[in-house]
Amino acid sequence: METLSDLRRFALDSVRLILTGNRLYYAWVGFLLLLLALGAAAYTAQLREGLIVTNMRDPVSWGFYIGNFTFLVGIAAAAIMLVIPAYIYHWKPIKEITILGEMLAISALIMCLGFVLVDLGRPDRFWHIIPFVGLLNFPQSLLAWDTLVLNAYLLLNWSVVTYLLYCAYTEKAYARRIVEPLVLLSIPMAVSIHTVTAFLYNGLAARPFWNSSILAPKFLASAFCSGPAILLILLQILRRTTPLEIKDEALHKIAELMAYTMGFNLFLTGAEVFKEFYSGTEHLIFTRYLYFGLEGHRTLVPFAWASILCGLAAFTLFLIPRTRKNWITLNLGCVLIYASVYIEKGMGLIIPGLTPDTLGELYFYRPSWTEIFVASGVFAIGFLAFTLMLKVAIPIILGEFTQKKGMART
Amino acid sequence: MTAGAVLLLAALALGPATVAGAPKEDFRVPPPPLTEGIFPCSECHASMEVDRRRRDLTDMHDDIVLKHDEEHRWCLDCHAPDDRDRLRLAGGQLIGFSESYLLCGQCHGDKLRDWKVGVHGKRTGSWNGPKQYLLCAHCHDPHAPRFKPMKPEPPPVRPGQAVRPGEADHE
Amino acid sequence: MSDAPRRPPFPEECGGSPSRRRFLAGAAAAVGAAILTACKGGSIEEFLQRQFHQLSPAEVEVLIARLEREHMEKFGSSVRVGNEPPIPGIEFGYALDLSRCIGCRRCVYACVRENNQSRDPQIHWIRVLEMEKERGVNIHHADPYYDHDLVPAEGHFYMPVQCHQCKNPPCVKVCPVRATWQEPDGITVVDYNWCIGCRYCMAACPYGARHFNWGEPTLPAGELNPETHLLGNRPRPKGVVEKCTFCIQRVRKGLYPACVEACPTGTRKFGNLLDPESEVRYVLEHKRVYIFKEDLNTQPRFFYYYGA
Repeated sequence: METLSDLRRFALDSVRLILTGNRLYYAWVGFLLLLLALGAAAYTAQLREGLIVTNMRDPVSWGFYIGNFTFLVGIAAAAIMLVIPAYIYHWKPIKEITILGEMLAISALIMCLGFVLVDLGRPDRFWHIIPFVGLLNFPQSLLAWDTLVLNAYLLLNWSVVTYLLYCAYTEKAYARRIVEPLVLLSIPMAVSIHTVTAFLYNGLAARPFWNSSILAPKFLASAFCSGPAILLILLQILRRTTPLEIKDEALHKIAELMAYTMGFNLFLTGAEVFKEFYSGTEHLIFTRYLYFGLEGHRTLVPFAWASILCGLAAFTLFLIPRTRKNWITLNLGCVLIYASVYIEKGMGLIIPGLTPDTLGELYFYRPSWTEIFVASGVFAIGFLAFTLMLKVAIPIILGEFTQKKGMART
Repeated sequence: MTAGAVLLLAALALGPATVAGAPKEDFRVPPPPLTEGIFPCSECHASMEVDRRRRDLTDMHDDIVLKHDEEHRWCLDCHAPDDRDRLRLAGGQLIGFSESYLLCGQCHGDKLRDWKVGVHGKRTGSWNGPKQYLLCAHCHDPHAPRFKPMKPEPPPVRPGQAVRPGEADHE
Repeated sequence: MSDAPRRPPFPEECGGSPSRRRFLAGAAAAVGAAILTACKGGSIEEFLQRQFHQLSPAEVEVLIARLEREHMEKFGSSVRVGNEPPIPGIEFGYALDLSRCIGCRRCVYACVRENNQSRDPQIHWIRVLEMEKERGVNIHHADPYYDHDLVPAEGHFYMPVQCHQCKNPPCVKVCPVRATWQEPDGITVVDYNWCIGCRYCMAACPYGARHFNWGEPTLPAGELNPETHLLGNRPRPKGVVEKCTFCIQRVRKGLYPACVEACPTGTRKFGNLLDPESEVRYVLEHKRVYIFKEDLNTQPRFFYYYGA
């Protein structure tokens, strides 16, 4: 009973915390709510008219939504980057911010599920995919696997974050016996969500561009570049705007790990490009569309090269210790690698995989405004979730917001 | 004596309808595609003397341009000179127009074989029951058998384009 | 929005002995109903409709009655929704003569009419590819949009592509909710009441045989084919995937598929693969046969051959 009333107080206090903030906070939340409203309006039109308001058609039946989904699974998986050193090596500075990584993962997963939902032709039948309620085609369908692992990963991260925050709020020590196995479990889980997502495409023999064994390793490598890039910037913002203490040492360690994964990611890209161009089979056509265009259609070409150049530039900045430790060049590198992976894993993966289609048809897809508005709405939900979680979590981590103190400071 | 040999003997005894060496088979075909009002041919030909000379026709049937091994063939190779309502096989046997496949099959034996099992040409009806065959002449003009080009149905609409211009424009 | 008669929110069978599944499904109804009202023409029965294999024969009857009622309301003429089962000992196969097809597209439109495909947005289950004789079968030089005055065009041949009814169908494997499956007679069907419209099957199909209802399908009432099958040509809703079923509504009654009957050149052959006397078996045993994308091991029941 006591726990229940604690929870109620925790919830009420959290709501009060969320509702109060400075002008910047209101402006940010207001901006997100505006995006959300635009997205909702666009999605209503999509529900009414059908997916015909998108530019997806039979030849390119997946597009911007699924591209964003794929990229965000990578972001969710990248939380592991912080968990591994923190918990395996008992490395102090990272440990406090692991919780932030997990909250990032939760937000990314919310967006992932959002992007899948908006991509469905029949969102009213979403319950068909709920285990035991619907009729999941497990273990045959990789999409069934993905549903399971993504939701399990979401639940896992949510449980750990909630438990840790609740303990901090009630000023009790958390039980290592509970937290440590869960956190350790999240490591293979993070690998598995991204592997399963890669297998989703990888397993389709009909699509030679995806049907490559290098896809899953490449997914992991690129995820471990882009996820921490977001976090690096975020942590710098947090330590400026809040009293949260994050040591330089922690940030530089993350940056160093990123340099390795970026190098590896570029190596894997190079391996794939070599195989495609040197063997020069008819399957080269998809890669050619990506990098050079087909029949004068070069929609993806500038993006594809931008991705490669950004990736190379970011790798250089992160590899050289001097630029890695300089905040300006470090942040520039973060933006570059984020852009690189966003292109590579989003449109750069989905669109050339489907162009030309299985009967050789060239349909040159680019997202419609509806897709862009709906997508920004989904992003707004994710960012809003992350913002609100941070708003509650930071005072708790700092020990300012506890059961006893209540909302002593905001 | 094997059953096959019995059949063969029986077939030989049956005469013209069984030239292929098999018992008379029943192929349900629609009426032969004769020009309207032209049959029976004997209506005109009965009163005419048979002219067996190979020549260009000028009075009647001049619309027929033979493009079917025309160097070696002419009308009376296939049309029976003494019974214009029937066709004539190489061996002299007479057959009706609805059995014309036997005549075609004399040269195009492989096609006849495929036709009988329903692989050359078109069959409609029931895949596990009675089938309607078409005669060779339903698709191939016997005087110029090469299949005629035809106007195709309209191409599909390209994805993203409206079915009818101006309507349901999505972009 | 819905013109369906007003009914209590939960069907009566839920009240008797509520299984857990039904209870949970009912709970999901609250959320779904909101989305449902945004989508046109939904009903609570439609929302709670279970997958075909989960239905008892009596429930299938209820479903058919509901669909027939809905089609009547929508098209103003009666539609028969049949449920002819597979015939035992039959496995359907198809053979198409590449040497005979002239690319006239009669099959395409016969299929559209027979199978009630949407006219706008346009859905065609058959796609006729025009390719150059010099290059042979090569989809990267194929043109489905050729528009000649007369066909066949000089130097070209034609390859119609439709569902290959694979023995090892990648589309069925990937469906996350078992909304599509292979019937015992070899026909891969879609449960239009269960498909969630994720389009994973479309990504998996190597033959471009699956088509999505991107918008509300339109079907002029006068052009509706009223003889339909539950798993085949009945009018489809928006947001689900559809495909060729070898005209399940015809072939299970012993008729040839509409495309076979429409073809003016006898290019298309259909029959029982298990019957040594069938046309398809004759083709397989006597002709040079080409299996499209054979290396993918989809094991099609659709064969191309060279009959000339």
